[in-house]
Amino acid sequence: MICRRPFFWIILIIAALFIYAPLHGNNVSLREDLILIAIAIILASNLNLMIGYTGYVNFGHIVFYGLGGYVGLYMATVRGWPLVVAALVAGLAVSLFALLFGLAILRLRGAYFALATIGVLQAVQAFVSNFDLWGRSTGMYLSFDAYQPLGGAMRALWVTYYLIIVVMALSMILSLAIKNSKFGLGLFAIREDEDAAIVLGVNTTVYKAIVYSVSAFLPAVAGTFMFYKNGMIDPSIAFEFMMSLEGIVMLMLGGQGAVMGAALGGGLYEKLRSSLLTSPKLSNFHLVISGGLLLLVVLFAPGGLIGWFYRVVPRARKVIE
Amino acid sequence: MSGVLASMIDGLLVGAVYGLAAMGLSLIWGVMDVINLTHGSMIALGMFCMYLLFGVFVTNAYLLLLPVMGAGLLLGIVVYWMSVHRVVGRPMLMSLLSTFAVNMMVIGIGTAIWSTSPYNVNFSLPGITIGAYTFTGNHIAAAIAAVVIALALQLFLYRTRTGKAIRAVADNREAAELMGISSTVVLTIAFGIGIALAGTSGALVSTLFPFTILSGATYQLKSFVVTILAGLGKPFGALVAGVLLGLLEGVVTPFIAVSWIPLIEFGLFVVALVAFPQGIFGRETT
Repeated sequence: MICRRPFFWIILIIAALFIYAPLHGNNVSLREDLILIAIAIILASNLNLMIGYTGYVNFGHIVFYGLGGYVGLYMATVRGWPLVVAALVAGLAVSLFALLFGLAILRLRGAYFALATIGVLQAVQAFVSNFDLWGRSTGMYLSFDAYQPLGGAMRALWVTYYLIIVVMALSMILSLAIKNSKFGLGLFAIREDEDAAIVLGVNTTVYKAIVYSVSAFLPAVAGTFMFYKNGMIDPSIAFEFMMSLEGIVMLMLGGQGAVMGAALGGGLYEKLRSSLLTSPKLSNFHLVISGGLLLLVVLFAPGGLIGWFYRVVPRARKVIE
Repeated sequence: MSGVLASMIDGLLVGAVYGLAAMGLSLIWGVMDVINLTHGSMIALGMFCMYLLFGVFVTNAYLLLLPVMGAGLLLGIVVYWMSVHRVVGRPMLMSLLSTFAVNMMVIGIGTAIWSTSPYNVNFSLPGITIGAYTFTGNHIAAAIAAVVIALALQLFLYRTRTGKAIRAVADNREAAELMGISSTVVLTIAFGIGIALAGTSGALVSTLFPFTILSGATYQLKSFVVTILAGLGKPFGALVAGVLLGLLEGVVTPFIAVSWIPLIEFGLFVVALVAFPQGIFGRETT
């Protein structure tokens, strides 16, 4: 059972800290920092299922987040569904979309797949920018009334924060559960040698399509909450290629393949990025610095921070997964 | 109807430039099995290199292609040693990420210098007018330049010792090394040429359309589509496939909004990958 793993409890403790910290003294600015970190962790953890577990680079991972935001906002505001229901429906819809796309493009191996994911992102962005129902390139805006079901805008901000923290915890638990399952072993086999995995009886096409689809669900749910909180969505924000790539930087920085690696990388990178963006001298160079960081990690420390930590304290592998 | 014809001819001319861009990507991919994700940013740098040179020497912009090409070659060698050399032969994930990291750095520096506002190279050649339609001189000159450079590359690859060495390394690196070819030197040169081609095509694009530091990404996607259509390691095939893509864009633009084009290109990309994994020109050894 998953709750026997010590790391499961560590995840719950982390989530509890996230919930408790801003409550202390009603600290709104801390809450806004933590929400960005939580989103980063959600994206990096789910990306880890593809890159770290299966060995397939997804350059367009953000498409799930943006598309989830669109479907969820549309359901919640235009159709008037309750927020959580809208988010779950968005998650399911985006997962289904990913499954269908996955079955088509996952016939491609390795680098070809990576290129196709760039294409998926651009194609979806082109589609949404021309889609009348979702406001074309101007996007959708929420009116103030949209927050009434949650008891006004002030309370809605706190509610969405908690919901996002829950999604963050679920992302990490999902990664942990997959890592310790037969399904996870199949994915690792694909990563190490796909042909050998086929010979051993792993149905690689189905496995890859499922993991692609699963990695879409929670980012889509988080996308709904986040864009609902922001009160607006448009194609250039929802499908920002840069954010997709920053997800990859986070993952490599923290250490691909480890649950804690994804979370650590997501948290640290987001912290670094916000401090760079707010410093007047360095704000223009945050891309340069993250690019340099990525290059150094790829060339000299492919295991990332967590890989280094495992080397120093080999026993930690058992506890921090 | 003649409007469509004119649009097709225009597409054909621009397509030659797409082909040239794709040749750079295809060469690097074929020789060292590295998908060069700096491609887009190198195209953008080519655009700005042309912009800066044209600002200093106000002459025929097409004469400035030579210095752009030289700069591209040098930059390519630097990028190779910085990010690619250590990851050649390792899992593709690594080279994808390392070239991507360089891409981020270039875009970051470029944005800091030029912001993301549009620039253009203010140079135009007299056009040719047929009936109600005028084909601008720049489109014609750019297409001619692209074809000439493509032919020169073809000659280089098939007629010179270095070119043959590049093809040998692409075919079988170990066997080439046993024959006394230094694969490190060959890979460096091939990468340099690939980047030079990307930069040159960027310089050509800069004489046709306004551009920003982010414009490279569009042409990078087109290059991928063209490379896949042509099949790997067939630089001249890339030129032909590029012309085809330009033709297709020319045919569809009179009928649909330009913002749909990425969707069409992506559809083509996936269909080509799934239906013709060896490229539309079939399997043929280079």
